[in-house]
Amino acid sequence: MKTKKYIYSKITFFLGLILLIGTSCEREISDQAVPATFNSSGEIFGDAPAGLTDDFFISFDPAGGANTEGFGTDEAIFYEGTSSIKIAVPAPNDPNGGFIGGIFRDRGDGRDLSGYDALTFYAKGSTTGTIGQVGFGTDFLEGQYPVTRSNIQLTTDWKKYIIPIPDASKLTQEKGMFLFAAGGLDIIDNTPNGNEIGWTFWLDEIRFEKLGTIGQARPMIYNGQDIAEDVFTGSQIFLNDLKESFQLGTGEVVTINPSYNYFTFSSSDSNIINTDNLQFDQSGNPYLEVLDAGSATISATLNNVAAEGSFRANSLGDFATAPDPTKSQEDVISIFSDAYTGVTSLNFAAYNDSNVIISTPIANGNQYISYENLNFVGLGWDGTVNASQMTHLHVDVQITSSNAKNFIVEFVDFGANNENDGFAGTDDTAGGYLVPSNQLIEGQWISIDIPLTSFTRPTGGGGRGRPNVNNIGLVGFVSTSIDSFLIDNVYFYR
Amino acid sequence: MKIKNIIVKVSTIFSIALLMSCDTDEAQTVATLTNIVWQDEFNTDGAPDSGNWNLLTGDGTAQGIPGWGNNELQSYTDRTDNVTVQDGVLIITAKEESYEGKNYTSARITTKGKLDQQYGRFEARIKLPAGKGIFPAFWLLGDDANGSLVWPQIGEIDIMEYLGDEPTSVFGTIHGPGYSGANSITKQYDILNDRFDNGFHIFGVEWTPNRINWYVDGDLYQSITPADVDEETGGAEWVFNRPFHIILNVAVGGNLPGAPDANTVFPQRMLVDYVRVYN
Repeated sequence: MKTKKYIYSKITFFLGLILLIGTSCEREISDQAVPATFNSSGEIFGDAPAGLTDDFFISFDPAGGANTEGFGTDEAIFYEGTSSIKIAVPAPNDPNGGFIGGIFRDRGDGRDLSGYDALTFYAKGSTTGTIGQVGFGTDFLEGQYPVTRSNIQLTTDWKKYIIPIPDASKLTQEKGMFLFAAGGLDIIDNTPNGNEIGWTFWLDEIRFEKLGTIGQARPMIYNGQDIAEDVFTGSQIFLNDLKESFQLGTGEVVTINPSYNYFTFSSSDSNIINTDNLQFDQSGNPYLEVLDAGSATISATLNNVAAEGSFRANSLGDFATAPDPTKSQEDVISIFSDAYTGVTSLNFAAYNDSNVIISTPIANGNQYISYENLNFVGLGWDGTVNASQMTHLHVDVQITSSNAKNFIVEFVDFGANNENDGFAGTDDTAGGYLVPSNQLIEGQWISIDIPLTSFTRPTGGGGRGRPNVNNIGLVGFVSTSIDSFLIDNVYFYR
Repeated sequence: MKIKNIIVKVSTIFSIALLMSCDTDEAQTVATLTNIVWQDEFNTDGAPDSGNWNLLTGDGTAQGIPGWGNNELQSYTDRTDNVTVQDGVLIITAKEESYEGKNYTSARITTKGKLDQQYGRFEARIKLPAGKGIFPAFWLLGDDANGSLVWPQIGEIDIMEYLGDEPTSVFGTIHGPGYSGANSITKQYDILNDRFDNGFHIFGVEWTPNRINWYVDGDLYQSITPADVDEETGGAEWVFNRPFHIILNVAVGGNLPGAPDANTVFPQRMLVDYVRVYN
């Protein structure tokens, strides 16, 4: 490695000499003749940062929990040469930040990476921990072509890892050279719940390379699934689960997450969905808006390869949103509504039957929940709510099927210990309320206001009715007739 | 790594030899035979030329070797879906479909009775498929003397075999009595900075009375003589002195490649630009 570098620099020096000699007798070349190409070096880190900004490591926002202390170099442990990058991954409760991650950025105007086909690096872990994200293309500026590879599990010895470039022709001026993000190691379960422990990993020999051994590109949208959904004019169709898998020269198949900018989207009917008119939500997620009644299928290509997966939007035309709530915020404990600040980390399927199809479309800027073929489902959230000062539970519901229109609203109270310990425990209580079927009208929003004292029915989960209301942790919906429902504005009020 | 080193060494020695002398010693030469005696350039669209090729069908049961002796998972057919000539190339397509009790279909074509050739240079230009469980081959099988001889006595020269989950490697092999199956005499060739499904590559052997040379894109990577067989097997018979015919096929699954997995995409296609025989 060392020798190679010397040879290269010697060659460069020699070539430079020739160029100098060659150009010295020439007229000076005008500025306009300088070709608009950028540094094409693929080197990122050998023994030192190569052409990166002076700060080298640019952390994710510490305000978001990123730990800026754990990044450094190591002169004792390295794959090749004299040093490596050492990342001390913090425990989630570390006062300096519960995860570590950030980027390396080109110090110049960006690099021309169009001659490469992969980002490669060597890594080893103090244990067989998993790096959550590794990639390139994110520059915290205006980088258009981020790519990440998720959940790379390391070994305790050095190993080379490869992140294929989906379409290098797009990377002619790339500043985002490297990205990583890692959290604590969880040996108990796979859920981030604070029981993770810190660990260490090392990175070395990070560079873009032309391997020539990457093949079998398989781009995917919607995880390669063909999705069909009933939508309305104004519905937002998000371009989700964009992936591409490749077979490496070793035969290993790796999957990456390319930015939507690598894909070319098309619609079977531009009057219904126009893929030239990509829009973005507040988090920057791209979506397409449904323009009219009718059907259109969204498909895509990446680098001239047809992507697996599609979205068939069956637009039913104008959508009437649920009536706007009129109660003031202080009289409401909201579970799900665009009108109120509500619970955090709402889960649209804290529990559910295996056949229900759940989506959370947005129409006319208003999000609602669609439960198709519902048998049972529950809304869950962080912690519990105390509805002891409230009198009613409000739900806006629109039945969209025409079975027996059975619809039961339930809630579960976790009791004094605030834990969901089931009805075999001592303090959990639950009850249900059957909505009279003649109140439900297909295709129309109906507002249901249920006194909290009316949840008298036993629940399918084992609740006996008349639940407590101080520690409510779940709101459930049941349909023994397997009907389909749209739900909006779920809140307790007084 | 060892194999790679050997290959590098072999090709280095060879290129030095080329540069330094005009020695025609066949030990140092990839191909000396240049007089073309048989060829199929696949220039006529449709089924493979019946003057050159037989299209074998079924799962080997009719031949007495169900699963083609290797527990393979495909049923071969002569349908256009599985074998056709189009735009100047022969296309053998492995598909995932229920067909005659199998879950995969593909094709296997042979020159038996149409080209049975003793000695010569056998060469094909091929773009290979990929994916776990995909097992294409370009190979020669010895004449069975109307069924009086059985494999491995008849001899087998595998010019190119390849596993779809090792897209940068091919291997060349001989099978004979006492050195067949897992005990065959074989060598792997690893391509550098490339893979075999991204483009066409030339695979060949030059077979003379006392030597078989294997090459990929002009790189000699294996040379086997009767003395080598004798040494490796402790005296087994050299059976490569009778007429052999050509076989092209794409198998799915079986003992060597294992079954396809969730990452194997179907259909998979082997494209053959030409097959040429020189003496």
